Amino acid sequence: MRHLKKSIVAAAFTLAASLPALAADPIKIGLVLPMTGPFAAYGKQIEHGVKLYLATKGDTFGGRKVELIVKDDAPGTAGDVSKRLAQELVIKDKVDILAGFGLTPSAFAVAPVATEAKKPMVVMNAATSAVTTKSNYLVRTSMTLPQITAPIATWASKNGIKKVFTLVADYGPGHDAEGQFKKTFTAAGGEIVGEVRAPVKNPDFAPFLQKIKDTKPDAVFIFLPPGAETIAFMKGFTERGLTAAGIRLIATGDLPDEDILEAIGDAALGLITSFHYSEAHKSPENKAYTEAYYKAYPKDRPNFMSMGGYDGMHLIAEVLKKTGGNADAEKFVEAAKGMKWTSPRGPISIDPVTRDIVQTIYIRKVERVAGKLQNVEFDQVNEFKDPGKQ
Amino acid sequence: MTVVFDGIASGLLLFLISVGLSVTLGLMNFVNLAHGSFAMLGGYICVILLNRHGMPFLAALPIVTLASALAGVVLERTLYRRLYGASHLDQVLFSIGLVFMSISTAHYFFGAQQQPLQLPPMLSGQFNLPGVDIGVYRLFLIVVGLSIAVALQWMITSTRFGAQLRAAVDNPRAARGLGIDVDRVFVLTFALGSALAGLGGALGVEMLGLDPEFPVKYIVYFLIVVAVGGSGNIKGSLYASLIIGICDVAGKYYVPQIGAFVIYAVMVVTLIFRPQGLFGRSAAK
Repeated sequence: MRHLKKSIVAAAFTLAASLPALAADPIKIGLVLPMTGPFAAYGKQIEHGVKLYLATKGDTFGGRKVELIVKDDAPGTAGDVSKRLAQELVIKDKVDILAGFGLTPSAFAVAPVATEAKKPMVVMNAATSAVTTKSNYLVRTSMTLPQITAPIATWASKNGIKKVFTLVADYGPGHDAEGQFKKTFTAAGGEIVGEVRAPVKNPDFAPFLQKIKDTKPDAVFIFLPPGAETIAFMKGFTERGLTAAGIRLIATGDLPDEDILEAIGDAALGLITSFHYSEAHKSPENKAYTEAYYKAYPKDRPNFMSMGGYDGMHLIAEVLKKTGGNADAEKFVEAAKGMKWTSPRGPISIDPVTRDIVQTIYIRKVERVAGKLQNVEFDQVNEFKDPGKQ
Repeated sequence: MTVVFDGIASGLLLFLISVGLSVTLGLMNFVNLAHGSFAMLGGYICVILLNRHGMPFLAALPIVTLASALAGVVLERTLYRRLYGASHLDQVLFSIGLVFMSISTAHYFFGAQQQPLQLPPMLSGQFNLPGVDIGVYRLFLIVVGLSIAVALQWMITSTRFGAQLRAAVDNPRAARGLGIDVDRVFVLTFALGSALAGLGGALGVEMLGLDPEFPVKYIVYFLIVVAVGGSGNIKGSLYASLIIGICDVAGKYYVPQIGAFVIYAVMVVTLIFRPQGLFGRSAAK
């Protein structure tokens, strides 16, 4: 009897002792990212952003030290892999927050895990509009595809472009971009004179380029996976003399992404895009950010993906500051809703209704600045919400 | 007309990146799925020479070819030769393993991003003849591709080395008995295959791009060319590349909705009527 009492007292003491210690427990953030395979560049850039935030802004959020656990969900398009890794993170590693997600299939597959395990989920890239509807605990800090597509359609219709030929890669995001562009552009009175869906892996754009040349539109709107296809298309565009024929090239800003801009080379000059982040964005926040980035990763260039990772960490840091280190999913999401800050990309906020990002979208043109190809911003749409949810 | 020209150019690009495989798979009867890795090696060497050492593109090509040949020799001596007698499945497993190793190696050294390549002005641009627009680089690919095809075909059918090679593949024991140094023939042929792969890779960077995923990205194209052309001869690969290139470009130009499927249709039809490929030797050996 006495023995039992003793153990109860001991247990009570242990419990009491553990309570204040709880706040000082590390906050575990599980990152699900494609670190190898075809989308390895995505994972690398997002991780750079995340680590850069911790290195420059401190790694203690709301009194709790941040502990990162990175899981490679290569290829990034296989939802079941991402889901299994997220489950491991929740059950085995006992993470408090799920974050990362390079591609849409990965975010779609993990959202139910977040809902069931009641863990906040911060999406740092995956850009399909519907991602945020998949879990009530999901917040996005990157962009949505319709959000970056609609402004270029509006801009084109206002700037003397009447006839547009669209060429998109034949996969989900390509169809979304095509749909949004058509919707916005025709609503503004423009005409689509031709549309092509090119295979995702397409080594030779010659036939499509020739078709475009023969159709003679005012401009071509393209959406291709950033990488080899974009490079091949842009090089062919100049080589085939389409620029010389007065055909303009417009696109979403992920195509001339800083990561591949030099690989496209001078063929990218003059390309007009709409996007939320450019390395050349002029603000003191971005200056500090890019300088820190080059110091930490001299071989790479800061791009929108590292920005998504950086702002994702900022969101987590600010939310935990507000909740005093409490990462409970309900409280986390409540605190995140409506949060506003000035990111290196410009002013951004979290929509209190959709938990999606609201941000300024810039119209930019590729130019050579101090020897480097850059997306130079010359127009903007402020506080632009995702039109895909309206 | 422009469509036909583009088709031919596209076909010869296919030929250039696959011809190395026609040599190793077709002539040596070794299922070398790591062919793309040699092409990638050539691409990276080319990009490094151009971007870090400021070497002109045309001067870099012979170096790329030699370096890839050398890499081929080293790997043949240390690894490949052990598998000449092995079953095709073993060869597939071995070479696909090499592919994954090469992807990770390239990833480690160069990162996941696309590599930039700037062609010299004399090779870029386009000039117009009546009725047809000719891209200079495409024309260059056609010339290089055709020269290689002619030279290879001549080497295999009309030289002593070609005869030795055919003998060594068909019956290594008898060939050895006749005093042919089979080992040496194989090393040289493998080096030739690797050199062609490297050259094709370097020439392809401009149009295909270059990142660590290169070997798996284009493996389907290599294999289609060899399958349609029939193993064992260069002429087959050349015709197969041309047919595929022209059908692909024409299909995408006239019927873009199904354009991507055309090359597979060509392959399926060919293989139904000629399972051994267009110019393949019959399966009985």
